[in-house]
Amino acid sequence: MTLKDIALRNIRRRKAKAGFVVAGLLIAVSTAVALLGLIEAMNRDIQQKLEEYGANILILPRTENLSLTYGGLSLGGVSFEMQEIQQAALGQVNSIENAANIAAMGPTVLGAVEVNHRKVLLAGVDFRAVKILKPWWKVGGAVPGEYDVLLGAEAARILNLEAGDYFKVNGSKLQVSGVLAPTGSQDDQLVFTHLGTAQSLLNKEGRVSMVEVAALCNACPIEAMVSQISGALPSTKVMAIQQVVQNRMETLAHFRKFSYGVSVVLVLVGCLVVLVTMMGSVRERTAEIGIFRAMGFRRSHVIQIVFLEAGILSAMAGIMGYLTGFAATQAALPFFTGSQGIAVVFDPVTAAGAITVAVSMGLASSVYPALLAARIDPTDALRAL
Amino acid sequence: MSYIQAENLVKQYGKGDAAVMAVGGMSFDIEMGEFVTVMGESGSGKSTLLSMMGALNTPTAGNYRVDGLEVYALGQDRRADFRREFLGFVFQSFHLVPYLTLVENVMLPLVTMKTSGSKKRDMAEDALSRVGLNGKSHRLPGQTSGGEQERVAIARAIVNEPPILFADEPSGNLDSKTSREVMDLIRSLNDDGMTIVMVTHSPECAGYAHRMLRMSDGLLVDDVLVDGPVFSRPDAEEAIH
Repeated sequence: MTLKDIALRNIRRRKAKAGFVVAGLLIAVSTAVALLGLIEAMNRDIQQKLEEYGANILILPRTENLSLTYGGLSLGGVSFEMQEIQQAALGQVNSIENAANIAAMGPTVLGAVEVNHRKVLLAGVDFRAVKILKPWWKVGGAVPGEYDVLLGAEAARILNLEAGDYFKVNGSKLQVSGVLAPTGSQDDQLVFTHLGTAQSLLNKEGRVSMVEVAALCNACPIEAMVSQISGALPSTKVMAIQQVVQNRMETLAHFRKFSYGVSVVLVLVGCLVVLVTMMGSVRERTAEIGIFRAMGFRRSHVIQIVFLEAGILSAMAGIMGYLTGFAATQAALPFFTGSQGIAVVFDPVTAAGAITVAVSMGLASSVYPALLAARIDPTDALRAL
Repeated sequence: MSYIQAENLVKQYGKGDAAVMAVGGMSFDIEMGEFVTVMGESGSGKSTLLSMMGALNTPTAGNYRVDGLEVYALGQDRRADFRREFLGFVFQSFHLVPYLTLVENVMLPLVTMKTSGSKKRDMAEDALSRVGLNGKSHRLPGQTSGGEQERVAIARAIVNEPPILFADEPSGNLDSKTSREVMDLIRSLNDDGMTIVMVTHSPECAGYAHRMLRMSDGLLVDDVLVDGPVFSRPDAEEAIH
């Protein structure tokens, strides 16, 4: 017979009260776990979707000139030196620390050509990488073969070409395999073909004008990747597309703040439930505590009994709360993300954290009831019977 | 020096006009092995006196010593230890913990002692057999009769073999036959050397004691020797006086 046995027997005897304490904490813990799990899963979903928005790092040739274009407007009559990146050097990027985080790398060569007596910008791209870098592209027609081209919407209109038409560039005959739906970007103005074909037509074999990179940065800050790529390609200028990064960080921060805020409120409500229930329990047991004190229990022994009860119930609530929250996250996730690919993963740290928080809540909320129990005057308690 | 010494014990509840003098200054000595009853009408201060003697209720004034120890000079924790080591309590309403089995109730005074669980259980079983409750140790209090519950309360009071037993109306809720059995049991504990202080209304029960203190309005009005057991005697009331 120990103090723990007394605590356990009392829990068994007062099942409704014990159930109320467990329920109060369970609701708080499970909702917090579900919310945090949901937020985490939503974050990953958003992250994944943001990555699908395309490139977030740009590799450009290092130049000493300032750009003379703004908002799609170019100051006519001004020409500047066009520099290129050696395509062979791009292999260095695969050796950076976070190489595994690179989802796609799309080298692009650019050059002006004449089509139907009009100057147009020819872009040589890797269409497999483009699929990842520009998932919003909608091609009317087919993706180009080796000597085919894909026309931007504006380019097709101005050049008066459509899928199936032929035209010549520097003496080579090319067929229009498809036309891009309007994107609202500069892509509408361009003529796209395979990288090798464009390099050959532009006499830029082995050189590219720029490289777009899509980096999945769940575990690494994008600035770190920029710095690593800069190190691997010292003669280039590597830039993060700041707006995407900024938006992403802000979105994550908002979700995190929201989840923490709601969790804190739930924890406070849970603590209040425990406090009120434990207070009621102590008041109901006044006579019993008087007996204990008459039998030679010290005040600290009475405090221990209250804490043991609270600790046992809180630990139960923590375990059950985590499991309930985990199951609730699993069930609710499809409604919140609409994604099938995002799964809730068992995280031992979160599980241990949930139990620790529950026990801490239970014990913290039982401090006052325990002190109240210890202060019960045994004479008054026994007279009350 | 007497084993228990009370010097001008006073207990006053409240202050000013609302003050109530429960015990108005009582002095007496009790020797080791004595069986003393405290009698008096309801509200005379018997239970207050017993709670002060039981180290549960700090007196407003006066001194109280047990075995030379100034009880109310001890801190809260040491006073709790004193209760556990020196005193056993038997309450009128048994005051058993309803969710603990009989043997667990008896083990309560042993809970905070540094003794193995099996030894505590053996001690509790021994105490139960001393009060004639063999084989019922795993019942809950609600599954036993009033007499049995009183016996469990006595077993709990003696399990750690304290030198003093305080009993507050131990037969107050029992029929006469069971009451006699309980009093025989208490008397046998006294015969074994235990000092007993018992509050009672019953002259029959008082007849089991060596000595009777009579209280009225918080004051000691009689301190007399008793020719005990009186159950068989028609002149019990006279014997007390």
